[in-house]
Amino acid sequence: MAALTPVSRTPISFYLPVVALAGAIAGLLVGTAQGSPLLGILGGAILMAGLAFLTTQIVKAETPSRWGMVVLLGGAGFLIGGLAAALIGAAFGAFFGWFTFWLFEGRYRAYVPPYLTPGQVLWHHSFRVICGAILVFLITPILVVMPLSFNAQDFFTFTPEMLRFDPAGYSLKHYEDFFTNLDWQGALANSVKIAPAATLLSVAFGTLAAIGLSQAHVPFRRAIMAILISPMIVPLIISAAGMYFFYSRIGLQGTYLGVVLAHAALGIPFVIITVTATLVGFDNSLTRAAANMGAGPVTTFFRVQMPLILPGVISGGLFAFITSFDEVVVVLFVGSAGQKTLPWQMFTGLREQISPTILAVATILVILSIALLTVVEMLRRRSERLRGMSPG
Amino acid sequence: MKLTKTLLASTALTVASGMAFADGHMASEMTIVSWGGAYSNSQQKAYHDPYMEKTGITIINDESSPEGVAKMRAQAEAGNITWDLVDLEAADAIRVCDEGLAMEIDHDEVLAAAPDGTSASDDFGDMIVSDCFIPQIVFSTTFGYRTDQVPDGVEPPKGACDVFDLETYPGKRGLNKQPIANLEWALLCDGVAYEDVYDVLETEEGQDRAFAKLDTIKDQTIFWSSAAEAIQLLADGEVFMSSTYNGRLFSAIEEQGQPIGMAWDWQMFDLDGWVVPADLPEDRLARVMDYLYFATDTQRLADQAKYISYGPARASSAPLVGQHAELGIDMAPHMPTEPSNAENTFVNNYNWWADYRDDLDSKFQAWLTQ
Repeated sequence: MAALTPVSRTPISFYLPVVALAGAIAGLLVGTAQGSPLLGILGGAILMAGLAFLTTQIVKAETPSRWGMVVLLGGAGFLIGGLAAALIGAAFGAFFGWFTFWLFEGRYRAYVPPYLTPGQVLWHHSFRVICGAILVFLITPILVVMPLSFNAQDFFTFTPEMLRFDPAGYSLKHYEDFFTNLDWQGALANSVKIAPAATLLSVAFGTLAAIGLSQAHVPFRRAIMAILISPMIVPLIISAAGMYFFYSRIGLQGTYLGVVLAHAALGIPFVIITVTATLVGFDNSLTRAAANMGAGPVTTFFRVQMPLILPGVISGGLFAFITSFDEVVVVLFVGSAGQKTLPWQMFTGLREQISPTILAVATILVILSIALLTVVEMLRRRSERLRGMSPG
Repeated sequence: MKLTKTLLASTALTVASGMAFADGHMASEMTIVSWGGAYSNSQQKAYHDPYMEKTGITIINDESSPEGVAKMRAQAEAGNITWDLVDLEAADAIRVCDEGLAMEIDHDEVLAAAPDGTSASDDFGDMIVSDCFIPQIVFSTTFGYRTDQVPDGVEPPKGACDVFDLETYPGKRGLNKQPIANLEWALLCDGVAYEDVYDVLETEEGQDRAFAKLDTIKDQTIFWSSAAEAIQLLADGEVFMSSTYNGRLFSAIEEQGQPIGMAWDWQMFDLDGWVVPADLPEDRLARVMDYLYFATDTQRLADQAKYISYGPARASSAPLVGQHAELGIDMAPHMPTEPSNAENTFVNNYNWWADYRDDLDSKFQAWLTQ
């Protein structure tokens, strides 16, 4: 991206306070972790403003200054808390080195249009910081889980060995436990049996329902739609309790079929919603044209309509699969111990024995989910490309 | 398109084979409900594994004991009893027995006699607190503390009353998110004599006094709801001391090597054992009774103590308690009943709690949110 606006150096009365403010925020984080937030704010602000003054007014050369800050803060971190703190310190140094000169040289204005007011420039950058903060907020809990799953101890604790990056603090034993423990393997087998079956039922029924409900002549369309979608709206625990008593009476409680049907009922709304959305863009004259050429309704569906709404069907199916694969409340009621699924095993494991095996499973599931989403997205793009719907 | 079809077809195949596999193994199964974790593990090794080997019956573990009473009610209401045997604490066993959810049994007829011929009811003695209850173990709720967080020049804590001493032992503490044990300890450490605790706790002023004592440490206390949580808090160093079950502390200290010490004073004794759900069909009932006869005999109860430091409920099992199966350490010094650990003990009054539980539960929860 080419620069839009010529940049010039900013006065010291501008960048020094801003760097001090950022230093105060960083100091707040570090200070809170050490138990004295106020001291952290003060120390961070003074330290960063001092460094900024030193590098911009006395040293003046950018590259050595920035490396100097990395080394200085990294070294300070090492003295305080060893290798892990050194890495954090170095990261702070790199950031503040960049940030100081970014402000000092006025580079923050380079890629925004020249006609923006200072307030608009501020908002332009604040907006990006806010977005980044939200992403961090969403993703951090998932990222924290991953290193903990390699813990050599049986607790959810970052041990001193782990923080020193000592190999003795890490181990694959929780992964080994997952792959050798019969409880976990049984739960995995159950999940792998139940989720695809429930998905298949959801996709079949959900797609048919969506097509039927998109026909203009069906009476009470909205009411029927509302009933079919209700499992998504009613609190899960209510559906689960209801299903428990109903399935008990008809002998489905505690059977695979019962769990599959219950999960299918939970998955159908997702399929209906996604397929209905794709049907909005479907041109009904195509079915009339097919009928005109002698195709029956079934042939028309499989040869004309289905291929066109397939992306909606697939993403609905994906949601249905994830619903069944992640579901713990309904299976606790409708299933019995013989149908214990992975989430159920994780739930009891978390309650009865906080073992990092749960974290190992979570890590594996996160990776599987990413792989699954990637595959589906690639399939979708491929089919769109083959049909010439997108230029890619 | 072809790719998608292949995917769909293979999914259908998996499903079909899964369903086929799912049927046909209902005949020789038994669902046993317990607490999970190290405790279920000890039952698996001492009772389930030898029984399955002997009879060829498959035992399915359901770790639902924490909601055992509620689920037994739901199963009775739905007329669909899916559990064969349930592990409950004594007070809960009395409750399900009173509600008719569990079957009353004749202990001498159903259970094995001791090797020397003592009848089962004499061997278990006053551990049989209800006609439905078949005792397994004596456990205690007691305190563990971080050995590395004891202030310099101070004796490590000895027991329950040290939890109220914020001056000598500053730092966070962990307590069970339930009134049981906490209220008794509060009164006891406030100067009420051991014999009078339940009499005082029956009165409105007594309850207020207990809550007032708990108020003094409330803002320094993290309340846990599962035993595993308490151990996690201790292992993390998040709390200085916490109440939890002595078997969990044993496994954290001896098996996991955590820097935790035991404070036994005023440990709260409690019982845990089996109940059989009421109205089981004939064939399943016969199987459960056969299992019970095997799993509660003198040797089996003593075997369980090889895996977890809970005392066997039979008097005749005590001399047979030996060494830990994997660590090879003597189990006796880790038992709650060991004399040096049991200088001051508190015996939970199950019958009192069966009457006052619901009332005090709601009071305690209200106090927590204040």
